Amino acid sequence: MSENKIHTENMFLYYSEKMALNNISITIPEKKVTAFIGPSGCGKSTFLRSLNRMNDLIDGVKIEGKVMIDGVNIYDKNIDVVNLRKKVGMVFQKSNPFAKSIYENIAYGPKINGVNDKSHLDEIVETALKNAAIWEEVKDRLGDSALGLSGGQQQRLCIARTLAVNPEIVLMDEPASALDPLSTAKIEELIVQLKEKYTIVIVTHNMQQAARISDNTAFFYLGELIEHDKTKKIFTNPDKKQTEDYITGRFG
Amino acid sequence: MTKKEKKGKMKKLSGLEKWQSERIDITQKRFRIGDYLAEKVIKGVAYLSIAIVFLIFVFVFRESFPIFNTSKPATETQVIAKQDSQETYGAVTDNGSAGQKQETYGAVSDSASKSNTQETYGAVTDQSAAPKETVQAGDSTNSKNKTSDTYTVSAGSGSDDNRSALKSMASKEWVPVSANPRYGLLALILGTIKITLISLLFAAPLSILAALYVSVFANKRMKELIKPTIELLAGFPSVVIGFFALMVLATFLQSVFHYETRLNSFVGGIAMGIAAIPIIFTITEDALTAVPKSFYEASLALGASKWQTAFFVILPAATPGIFAAILLGIGRVFGETMIALMATGNAAQMDLNPFASVRTLAATIGAEMAEVVFGDTHYNVLFLIGSLLFIFTFVINAVAEFYVKGKLMKRIQGK
Ligand SMILES: Nc1ncnc2c1ncn2[C@@H]1O[C@H](COP(=O)(O)OP(=O)(O)OP(=O)(O)O)[C@@H](O)[C@H]1O
Ligand SMILES: [Mg+2]
Repeated sequence: MSENKIHTENMFLYYSEKMALNNISITIPEKKVTAFIGPSGCGKSTFLRSLNRMNDLIDGVKIEGKVMIDGVNIYDKNIDVVNLRKKVGMVFQKSNPFAKSIYENIAYGPKINGVNDKSHLDEIVETALKNAAIWEEVKDRLGDSALGLSGGQQQRLCIARTLAVNPEIVLMDEPASALDPLSTAKIEELIVQLKEKYTIVIVTHNMQQAARISDNTAFFYLGELIEHDKTKKIFTNPDKKQTEDYITGRFG
Repeated sequence: MTKKEKKGKMKKLSGLEKWQSERIDITQKRFRIGDYLAEKVIKGVAYLSIAIVFLIFVFVFRESFPIFNTSKPATETQVIAKQDSQETYGAVTDNGSAGQKQETYGAVSDSASKSNTQETYGAVTDQSAAPKETVQAGDSTNSKNKTSDTYTVSAGSGSDDNRSALKSMASKEWVPVSANPRYGLLALILGTIKITLISLLFAAPLSILAALYVSVFANKRMKELIKPTIELLAGFPSVVIGFFALMVLATFLQSVFHYETRLNSFVGGIAMGIAAIPIIFTITEDALTAVPKSFYEASLALGASKWQTAFFVILPAATPGIFAAILLGIGRVFGETMIALMATGNAAQMDLNPFASVRTLAATIGAEMAEVVFGDTHYNVLFLIGSLLFIFTFVINAVAEFYVKGKLMKRIQGK
């Protein structure tokens, strides 16, 4: 098994004519947490979404270069996008549970993948909810609508939903941006636990968060990857001046 | 004086300075007359619309009320009927001259209309041609006049008549114009329900799937083609759809399914389904499009295919809207008169066979209201049918509101 889970080479992305990603080459290791930081609009979400081809849903997106996962270019013609997305799960910035019960939200992924046995489903749901540190809060109300949960609970539910399909990579786009410190702490704890099994890529605007939970950090600016290194190095002794300015908050 | 001073002051300040220097006073509760009036007007309009619906119902029901009056002799009715005899003459003579025929168009149990499909069809034209015939007959003979007199007396004979009319409502025969009128509503109700079911079974899946395709799968160009095309159908006058069903659809379906009677509930149901499709489609499509895009993304990100996403996520999320769509479709079919008149065969009979002719409640009103004696029992019964249509629609909506939205939604979307 290669240590390099994700690898891109000279990747460009255009929204119609507008360039959003400019020559990105990056290697993301397996079973580590990699944080993407950078000012708003620099292309973090765009890059994240291109790793499970969610950008396919947007009209006029054009991608050049190589995006390899486990050594396979995911933009090849005969890639099965449905299975790709099973392998590369995603947690969105805004929590988006379905208008279904808590149980059905989690069971949906396994169900569409052919798990029909009730006891097996129960087990998957319980494990996923426990892994996402929300089991204790919802175990007595699994039949209630997921839309009745608080924002923080909804986000953890969405993480549980992603974990329930057993992905290899979990992409998280600012998963804690709308949460209180307590929920944030829970999710951070969760992410650190999850890296035992999953490769995690997380976008965050919170420098302390990136420093706390990530092994590697990548700094994006205006669609370019400025610097990518061990988190410790980025936060203590970055190579580039731009990185240092951004991290220390001296950024215009 | 003070006003002038203020004005003078204002002129010195520029617009921005004035805006910034203004202090906001919260101690004085202000009466905002514009808001107040607007609110009252809107409120009035809302109540008015409720009142209008209610008044229509009251009026319709009031006209049907006399038949529930089984104690008081209905002398009033008799007088009116007698005075109106000149007016009603047309319809009555028709009964006299073509008595047997009139009875047969109501109930197919008669051998004449059962024998041949062409004849059932003939009966319909016959009926529409009847007034012309009677106008000519009007001046000609005295004997017919006599029949009309005896008839009027028997029709207005008061409480006994009402009692037997009420009793006959639970029967199966709809023979309103005869020496012994029977107002069996059961066959009409059954016919209406049958037609509604057939047309819904036809229209609902078609329009919901079409809406699903347009809102989830179709690309922009297909969407712009399909949507207006189906919605164009909503603008079709129902008489055109009825005509199409009568002339084309009936023949075509008969040649495919080889049933006996040319005009029947199947043909009528399909034709009414065609009328209901644009309604169900449009509202379903709106409901599906209103489902947040984030549901779609979340589902795809879990490794669901487009079809699975559409069917298991988007469709359930849009169920309230889809139910509303189906309800409106039911309403449309329920009250549809023209297509029912033209394409269903108009024979009131208790028969669950979808290929048997039926007569709907609405079509009965449409066909007979113009020829009925004002204030007569028949007249009252027609208004009772109107009230029934009203009540049915109301009940369906109430059931949908309380059961479907309350319980079913909870089961689909969690408590
Ligand atoms: N659907 C789209 N169509 C056109 N342009 C887009 C689209 N989505 C994003 N962009 C543009 O691409 C650039 C990168 O956007 P992106 O959402 O990736 O930024 P981001 O780094 O995630 O910012 P934030 O931190 O605010 O979420 C922005 O300039 C944005 O305007
Ligand atoms: Mg973003």
